[in-house]
Formats: sequence, C-alpha cells, structure tokens
Amino acid sequence: MLNKGWDEFEIGAMLRSFDGPTSNIATTLQEDRPYSQSNSFTASVADWRIEKPVFNKDYCIDCQFCWIYCPDMSIISRDKKMIGVDMDHCKGCGICVEVCPTNPKSLLMFQEKEDEDTVLAAWPEKEDKEK
Amino acid sequence: MSEIKKIKNLKEFSTSADRFEGANLLCPGCAHSIIVREILNATNDDLILSSSTGCLEVCTAVYPYTSWDASWIHIGFENSSTAIAGAEAMHKALKAKGRLKQDRDPKFVAFGGDGASYDIGFQWISGCFERGHDMMYVVLDNEVYANTGGQRSSSTPIGSSATTSPAGRVSYGEKMNKKDMLSIMAAHGSPYVAQVAPNKWKNMIKAVQQGLNIEGPTFINAMSACTTEWKFDPADTVAISDLATDSLVFPLYEIIDGKELNITYRPKNIVPVEEYLAAQGRFKHLFKDQYKYLIKEWQERVDSNWEYLQRREEARV
Repeated sequence: MLNKGWDEFEIGAMLRSFDGPTSNIATTLQEDRPYSQSNSFTASVADWRIEKPVFNKDYCIDCQFCWIYCPDMSIISRDKKMIGVDMDHCKGCGICVEVCPTNPKSLLMFQEKEDEDTVLAAWPEKEDKEK
Repeated sequence: MSEIKKIKNLKEFSTSADRFEGANLLCPGCAHSIIVREILNATNDDLILSSSTGCLEVCTAVYPYTSWDASWIHIGFENSSTAIAGAEAMHKALKAKGRLKQDRDPKFVAFGGDGASYDIGFQWISGCFERGHDMMYVVLDNEVYANTGGQRSSSTPIGSSATTSPAGRVSYGEKMNKKDMLSIMAAHGSPYVAQVAPNKWKNMIKAVQQGLNIEGPTFINAMSACTTEWKFDPADTVAISDLATDSLVFPLYEIIDGKELNITYRPKNIVPVEEYLAAQGRFKHLFKDQYKYLIKEWQERVDSNWEYLQRREEARV
C-alpha cells in the first residue's frame, strides 16, 4: 500500500488504525494495541526537532502538567508517574518545559546533538526566587 | 459503558489511554491536538468522529496514515456536522429495528475549525441543531483560516492582521467584530453550549462530559491558540491561552437550554487586554501611535461583554 504511485490511489480511501480485532481502545494502553502500518503511531516526526526536551526524574513531582499540555502525545505516563518522552513523536515545541512547575525544572530543552548523560550531569541548581 | 468517567485530578486523568496518535502533521505547539486529546480522554465511550476540512483534518489524515484510533470520517469543508448527524440517524434507526450486531452506544462528535463552523458550514450546523440530532459539535476556534495561509474568517477579531485584511499605513487590519456564535447556537434551543479553553482542562472536561451526556445537539467553542497565524513562539501556547482567559478576551461560560448562563471560570487577577495583544505578532501594529486608540476600544469592548455576561448570569434569562 505504501508503494503506490499518485495515480494509483483509491478515490475514497478507508484506513484501518489496527490490525485485527480490538474490543475497547479507550482502556487499552498504547503498548497493548495492535497498531497497523497505516496508523501514524508507527511513523516518526523526530526529524522536525531542532531542540529536544531532556527529562530529569530527580526533580519530577509527577504533577502531569506536561502530560496534559503535550500536543503530540509524547509524554509517557504510566500509573500516575511520568516516565519519559517519546522521541519518535516529539516535535520539540517546548510546551512541557514552559509548564513544568519544579525548581529547577525537571524538563529542559537542549540542542538535538547534545548528549543526554552530559546535560543530566550538568543540570542547573535550584534558583532563588526573586523577592 | 455509558457512565461518566470519573476524573478527580490530573494524576488520575493521566492514566487515560490516548485515542489520538502522534506523528500527525500539526505544527509544533498547536493547541488543536491539546483540545482533541482532552475531549477524547474525557470519556471512555466509543466515539464516532468527523472533521471538516481544515488544519485538523489535513494534518491527521495524510494518506497512507491516520492519527485516529476511533471511527473517523471526513467528507467536505462544510459537512462534518451533517456527516455525523447521518451516522447518528442511522445508528438510531438500526437500533430501533434491532439490527445492531453489538449493543453499544457510541457518542457522536464533529470537529470543525472556525472557518468551517462560523462561515462555510454554518447552514449545515444550523440544520443539525434544528433537527435535534444527539451529537456534539466542537469548534476549534483559532480565529483565522490557518490551513490556507491566514485569511480572515468571521471569527477574526477587530484589529487582527490577516492575509486578506492586512494591517498597514491606511488600515489597522480586520474591521469586523467577531461573530457571537455561542448566542446563535443557544438561540437554536440547544440544551448545552459552552465556551472552553485548553489551558483550563478541568473546566473543559466538565463541559465535554456534560455535552456528551445530554441528549440533543450540543455545541462547544474551544479557543485554540495558533502559533503560526497568531505569531508567537510554539512553547508559549499555554501562556497565551492563559492570557486570553485571564484577560477575559475569551470568557469561559456555558448556556443551558438557551437561557441559564453560568460563568464557569472567574480569573483571580484580571489581566489588562493590552498584555494579551502585546504577546502576539498579529496585533503588533496596534502599538504604533497611529492605532493606539484601538487598544482602549478593545479593553472597553471586553469589559462591557464581561459586564453583560455577569448581568445575564444573575438574571437567569
């Protein structure tokens, strides 16, 4: 299907999100879903990113602000805990960093090429609030 | 199945399994997908969805990919409302004849941009509401035809610079006032209409759950900050939305049965409208000496609208 030319497309097309039967998607987590090849979950927009968010779980308070405001379903939360960023679908908009309430922030933006362990080691210290 | 999903706090909400997938082609920082996620996660019911042509449709159904994990259909620019109304009518008919293979009661939701709802699809929406289909119509109101390059729609506010109403030496941009869609839909006799914003997620979920569980056509107007056409940094989507709701440019309220108006969010500190305007590139020209009087007019308009809403809430008419 993916290799069709422009003049071979069907005029009215139906795409299936899943391969095989699914009973209740609303309560099935992403890792348990039988995604089909035509679901955009199997695609990646990682090359859109200029900066990437890096998650430091030492400072995270699991408030889930990043989860609710992420426009790309890229914050992975399981059992009320934030466990990481989905780097296949993150477009690097930076909303998660803006809404992070901790001090210092537990999510920060870095250049795509930077090494994650190095930036985690040099994480900024707690800033004093201006009075 | 049909019981309301209980969401006490954000931690509990975060256990929801998203039915809208990543790697869609919406701009980084687009509020559309924040709104869609909040709406789809507000319920565990089966969903039947449709979208009008617009950013949301174009970016989530790029052949050979789909970003929707629920039944979803797109037909034309104007008819997401009638497409879903047809599906609803069919479901009702098959159920009455006992020909449904599975006895499940899905919810019917149509999405449209402000262009598809305020202008192009208006007649169709009006028809659906008059016929009284059991559906919910959601407007993703970004105040401009963002998908085609920023032409003005009837939702574009005064003073905004759009490609068909550009600001310059002789014009301050858009000259028409924003259409009051909520009052129009309430006047159709809709049992529930509400204005919501993605940054007030709790408010949004409450409105959506109420809208889905009331029988009859319900209408949700969701403010959707557009990073491309409102011209602000993608990371500031939530901050701009906060400014919009706290400056009362987008007051959040609901109208029940066309009569009872309730204000659902009262900001603790009301922010001057000037701050909201200054944060966006589309209002940049208003800060030139020539057009500065418009900022004062903006503030007066917002104040009088807020006054009107409060008085209407008190009067219950």
